[in-house]
Amino acid sequence: MALLALNLNHPAKFFDWGFVSVSIPNLIMIGLIVVLFVLALVVPFPTHKEDGK
Amino acid sequence: MATMWTTRVRRATIEKIDPQDALPDNQPSYVASWIYVFGVLTLAALAVIIGSGLILTVRGASWWHTSGVGHYVNSVHLWAVELFFVFMVVHLWGKFWMAAWRGRRFATWVTGTFCFLSSLATAFTGYLIQGDFDSQWIATQAKDGLNSVGIGSFMNTLNSGQALLLHVALLPLGVGLIVVWHVILVRKNGVVPPLDAKEIAGGAA
Repeated sequence: MALLALNLNHPAKFFDWGFVSVSIPNLIMIGLIVVLFVLALVVPFPTHKEDGK
Repeated sequence: MATMWTTRVRRATIEKIDPQDALPDNQPSYVASWIYVFGVLTLAALAVIIGSGLILTVRGASWWHTSGVGHYVNSVHLWAVELFFVFMVVHLWGKFWMAAWRGRRFATWVTGTFCFLSSLATAFTGYLIQGDFDSQWIATQAKDGLNSVGIGSFMNTLNSGQALLLHVALLPLGVGLIVVWHVILVRKNGVVPPLDAKEIAGGAA
């Protein structure tokens, strides 16, 4: 079996805060989507200069 | 004389969309933003999901669990679904903060919502038919949840045959039809302009 960078052969750890209970992998995924959303708003979109608009 | 249903469908679809709007070669300047890309990225991921899903349907569980190519196609299907939801969530957030229901786009917003909900159901039944311990765990946990809201007799997650047919027939058909409807409405009304846009195209701001 190929070596993995992370040992995934165990249950995920959970972040618990009041009634909120979310696994760390899901929390990381939500964070990445937020980062992607912010990047989509701020990163300039490549355009052709000759279009002039 | 009553209007034929073919006439009503034609008037509601083909006659309402200008060919230039249906397959445009030009877009307003405000569309030159990455946030406007995520709708079509979602569609691209859906195309990969359908393509890999068709291969999995033809070859079956014994193939995707035991052969190298089967593992690969199964993984392509899974990761295309992951990307599909990532792209759809960014698309949803972008449209929400843009108030994308402006300019008579209410039906576009509602069909998008149903795209999201029907996709959740389709992904859920996909997890049920993996054919491994993961799917057994999800099925037994979900059975309690569905029983508790009173639909346990309508949908039995321990019935793998029902889950399989829902996943490969009924739900993809539903998702496909709603997505087509959603895209037709986007083409008909045009993409929503930003809240502060001066240039308006394809509809009111």
